[in-house]
Amino acid sequence: MASTQEIRRRIRSVRNVAQITRAVQLVASSKMRRAQERVVGSRPYAEQLSKLLSRVAAQADDLNDLPLMQRRAIKRVAIVLITPDRGLAGALNSNLNRRAALLAQELRREYDNPNLAITFVAVGRKGRDFLTRSRQNLLAEFTLLGDQPKLQDVRAIARTVTDAYINGEIDRALLVYPKYVSTVMQTPTVTQLLPAEPPAAAETEGAAPQYIFEPDAQHIFAELLPRYVETQIYQPLLETVASFYSAQMLAMKNATDSANDLLSDLTLTYNKVRQSAITTQILEVVSGANALQ
Amino acid sequence: MAQRPQLHVTIITAQHGVFDGPAEAVNAPGSEGRMTILPRHAPLLTTLDLGELRIRERGEEIGVFVAGGFLEVNDNVVTVLADEAERAELIDEQAAEQARQRAQARVEQSRGDQGAEAAAIAELNRAVGRLRVAEVHRQRGGRRRLPPEQQEQQF
Repeated sequence: MASTQEIRRRIRSVRNVAQITRAVQLVASSKMRRAQERVVGSRPYAEQLSKLLSRVAAQADDLNDLPLMQRRAIKRVAIVLITPDRGLAGALNSNLNRRAALLAQELRREYDNPNLAITFVAVGRKGRDFLTRSRQNLLAEFTLLGDQPKLQDVRAIARTVTDAYINGEIDRALLVYPKYVSTVMQTPTVTQLLPAEPPAAAETEGAAPQYIFEPDAQHIFAELLPRYVETQIYQPLLETVASFYSAQMLAMKNATDSANDLLSDLTLTYNKVRQSAITTQILEVVSGANALQ
Repeated sequence: MAQRPQLHVTIITAQHGVFDGPAEAVNAPGSEGRMTILPRHAPLLTTLDLGELRIRERGEEIGVFVAGGFLEVNDNVVTVLADEAERAELIDEQAAEQARQRAQARVEQSRGDQGAEAAAIAELNRAVGRLRVAEVHRQRGGRRRLPPEQQEQQF
């Protein structure tokens, strides 16, 4: 059995680790709350906008005329991979990266083309690192967007993708991000960015209203669609932040718990070792005294 | 008197909700000119300009600064999806003035660089617009009570 000194040293180091993981856990949980609020706060806008778009789309003459809704034969696909910038968040990052890699395979199978050109847009450092490590084609990368992604950054991402789409460099764009389901659950999720697909107007509100457009339908669509694409990126970005902090909080909670378990095991061993040392010493003293008599 | 139909107004931005409540009339800076929306307005969808949106309710007017976005009218529901929006009474004039000065400086810095200059000018316009809405709000002393005859005229 190890010496008491050695066990003491281990106890000290485990206690330090537990302190650190606990601190990270607390920071993550308070940041998670704020990130959650941001997700909830931005949801109405995203919902209203997509509802509006689907109502209006019913009235538009030919959606295929709109550059962002044009469907064409698919030869090149872009995958926008949104990940956190940092780690210490359990399996979140590797799950996302795996989902993206799997998606690339699925696409090649779907279009029955093993040489389908797939380019990536990396948002967040962890995904970027993974993609460069696995030597994927990177169209662009955006890192260190922070906890409160700015609209300006979102626009830059949206523009990169839409420009590539309009110029014919890509024929379809998908997005992979960690959907924030709950504190204990974040699911890597795939959504379609381009061609823009407003949710089908399956609402049971009766006939879609005949809108008066000002200035005219064309202008409205030219403004609506890019903004729709932006919210399709903005919302996932916010959810990524929330997902990251809840995953980190959970991972750090588990780490703290196991550190504490280890700590009590070690303390028990330490006491046992100490006790047996004392017992041995007493025995020695007693047998020594007996020998003298 | 029979119940008058009322409007319901919601103003939201990508970040948060700004206003949600009933109204008798809405006056908005549409991209094709200012417009007033009354109950039973036909379905309408317009882009918004920069300026003050005014919500009239019970003889009071609430000013909201809006910059860009959309206004939709459908079935007495007015939904404003604004790029930026802020209630006039909540605008911090000092912060707005500072933002204006920063924007001004950026315009001067970016002179020559077309893309950056356009972005800086747009930013400056928004800052000036926000400041103006706050000033107008202050000058009329908070929420404005409309004179009684005007209240009558609404309907």
